[in-house]
Amino acid sequence: MTLLEVKGVTKRFGGLTAVDDVSFEIAEGKILGLVGPNGAGKTTLFNCISGLYRVNSGMIVLGGRDITNKPAHIVCRAGIGRTFQIVQNFERMTLTENIMVGAFLRSRGKKQAAEKALEILEFIQLQEKKDVKARNLSPPEKRRLGLGMALATEPRLLMLDEVMAGLTPVEIDGVLDLLCKIQETGVSIIVIEHVMRAVMAISEKIIVLDSGKKISEGPPEEIAHDDKVIRAYLGKSYAGG
Amino acid sequence: MDDLIVVIQLIINGLQIGLLYALIAIGLTLIWGVMDIINFAHGEFLVIAMYIGYGTYAFWGICPILSLPAALLILGILGWLVYRFAIARVLKSENLLSQIVVTFGVSVFLQNLLLFLFSGDYRSIASDPWIKGNVTVNQLNMNIPELVISILSLLVILVIHLFINKTKTGKAILATALDRETAQLMGINTDRMNQLTFVLGIACLSISGILLPITTHVSPYSGFLFAVLAFTIVALGGFGSVLGTIIAGIIIGEVQSFGGFLVEPSYKYLCVFLLYLFVLVIRPRGLFGW
Amino acid sequence: MKTRLRDLMLFFLLGVFLLIYPFVFTQAFYQHIMIMVFMYGLLAISWDIMGGYANLFSFGQSAFFGIGAYVSTLLFLHWEITPWLGMVAGGFASGVVGIIISYPTARLKGHYFAIATLAFLFVVQIVLENWKFVGGAQGLTLPLTEQSSFWKFQFRESKIPYYYIMLFLLGLGFLLAKGTLNSRVGYYLRALRESQEVAQSLGVNTAKYRLMAIALSGFLSALAGTFYAQYVLYIDPSSVISLNLSVEVVLISVFGGCGTIYGPLIGTVILIPLTNLIRASLGGAGRGIAYMVFGGIIILICVLQPDGLIKLFERSKKAVRERYDVT
Repeated sequence: MTLLEVKGVTKRFGGLTAVDDVSFEIAEGKILGLVGPNGAGKTTLFNCISGLYRVNSGMIVLGGRDITNKPAHIVCRAGIGRTFQIVQNFERMTLTENIMVGAFLRSRGKKQAAEKALEILEFIQLQEKKDVKARNLSPPEKRRLGLGMALATEPRLLMLDEVMAGLTPVEIDGVLDLLCKIQETGVSIIVIEHVMRAVMAISEKIIVLDSGKKISEGPPEEIAHDDKVIRAYLGKSYAGG
Repeated sequence: MDDLIVVIQLIINGLQIGLLYALIAIGLTLIWGVMDIINFAHGEFLVIAMYIGYGTYAFWGICPILSLPAALLILGILGWLVYRFAIARVLKSENLLSQIVVTFGVSVFLQNLLLFLFSGDYRSIASDPWIKGNVTVNQLNMNIPELVISILSLLVILVIHLFINKTKTGKAILATALDRETAQLMGINTDRMNQLTFVLGIACLSISGILLPITTHVSPYSGFLFAVLAFTIVALGGFGSVLGTIIAGIIIGEVQSFGGFLVEPSYKYLCVFLLYLFVLVIRPRGLFGW
Repeated sequence: MKTRLRDLMLFFLLGVFLLIYPFVFTQAFYQHIMIMVFMYGLLAISWDIMGGYANLFSFGQSAFFGIGAYVSTLLFLHWEITPWLGMVAGGFASGVVGIIISYPTARLKGHYFAIATLAFLFVVQIVLENWKFVGGAQGLTLPLTEQSSFWKFQFRESKIPYYYIMLFLLGLGFLLAKGTLNSRVGYYLRALRESQEVAQSLGVNTAKYRLMAIALSGFLSALAGTFYAQYVLYIDPSSVISLNLSVEVVLISVFGGCGTIYGPLIGTVILIPLTNLIRASLGGAGRGIAYMVFGGIIILICVLQPDGLIKLFERSKKAVRERYDVT
């Protein structure tokens, strides 16, 4: 069952076309990897899907419902949760409070939201720091918090923007573990990542962007050997081997 | 034909007012551009200059223009003190709220200092016969004192424009305003630029201030209206843009001129503020803002 | 918990003190000071809802105050509606005006928003100054009633009823603010203060909650405005729609520490009596000196402790706790 359809989305900033006629689909309960060199337009694509940017053309359909150009809070309500490339938490609020903000979306009251927040904190293994202010966390913990905040909104689709940046191999495995658990609950995930082994390990399908265009799509093994992809990352001389 | 005369008269009036306002607002926009601080005490510095101009004439019978050196000195020192003890430290704290509020604290302090020293009475030299004088050209009536003020304002604005764009120090200030970090990397002492800009911004007020008593009365409360008009101009023209300030100043001057004529004199400021709110809806950053 | 009990006891003592104050300090002047403390306290709390929780620094608080004063006064003068109802009407009028103003200013941030509120304040002032129906620059005078009347909200013999009424209004405002802060609305406001983007991505309709903050802020300020009209029995544009008033409210809140319930109250409790006492004890030059001190204190707090006085309290509380507590 297709959960998200992105059809021909284009986003321009003045003279620069950041996302150029990109189309793809993701089914329920699947993990999709979104990769590409820096500046390829991955985060911009996320912003278009999650409602922070308006698209110049194209359509975005979630579970049969057209969410193109809808404001971000409506998109979240429809079932998309996301994290940010530059980690953004609510610095002056505690971890519990941070997650409660997301939890309120589907909770009836403060008590329910607080209970949900505690559950999520346990899931992301930060329950010991539940009363610590977000600004006192280490960077990897901040990323996990961002993940938890998005999870609290009970999304059908989770979009993660470089959630593994700067993590040690052990920490990466921890996150991969979390992602698998999330997938088991039926949530689809799109990951933007530069940590190749993680993306390869976890994605069923990978999409490669370069300069705003989709240059390749397919299972990890194919992508790794695709000439176009190698050229995009490493330059012409490495391709065609 | 008569209508045309009226229109031209209004335009000239608006221009005169606008240039004066622009000069008052320029300091504000420079300070904002370089330091990201809105100097809410701007009006009070202007009033200090007004008292200096008033005092020179009222007590010694000297033409206010000659008090310029004294005004520059006093305002310069005051500006430096305020920068050093209030603003510099607040800049370091990076707390947006205290940056807005500290200059309000300075404003309240200065206003009441003036109240304490000079009492709240309105003083005026505008009614003195020496000050008045009209010149009529082709049925266009121009008030000499106001004419003098606007010409001087224009000159000073030009001087500042040249300073910023043609001299080395001026360019350093511009660089700091555009990109602080890069300016530092280029060896520019940005703290010094801050100081300089602040003092310069305040000093501009001395010129407009000493001449203002010729046309309006002076009291500790006079600063408010000018200050708010100045903020409106700077916000309309775009914070940080000198050109924007000049153009916005003239626009505001014209709106005031025509508004007061077409609607009713007491509504002239209303027109100004409504225009401002209207522009904000369309272009929050102002016409030329960063 | 021991600290809980101690806090409760402090509250109780404070409550008792406030209740018996007018009978201990029977001079009208001292009662007046406390009444002003309560009134400014309500204004400060209402400003803080916009400025401290939702990050909307407004210098238009006085406009809400004035609208409340004018609405209730007009209703009383023309239709003999009791100021109590007028107060509620004024509150709603203010809330509506706040909502209307929030649309053009929705996209403005920080400094730009502040300046827009300044312009708004002046627009309201000029309109009222030129509108004959509301008395223009002359203002409106409320007729003296022969006897004290609760329904007409006038008490001739002493200030004591005013004292308790304003205390009640302050309490109301305080509870409303506290309730808001602890609820979903409060969480959302704090979230959007930190990052609008993230809040929106978590499903928060930031525009709607900004509006709520503005409307609530306007409502509470209007209540204070009606009280003022009944207390002074004369209002005119320059006294109730005044930049001075707005600025005082902002400075008091910032001094105490905004974004907290107690910060603005602490600021009010310290600065209002201080300025009033200085003004009274120094006669003619008193006003100037009182506000010079006021301005100076503000500069000091901005330079030394921008988060407000309440930060100092928290720090010292922490230090004391660390030294003496084992828990």
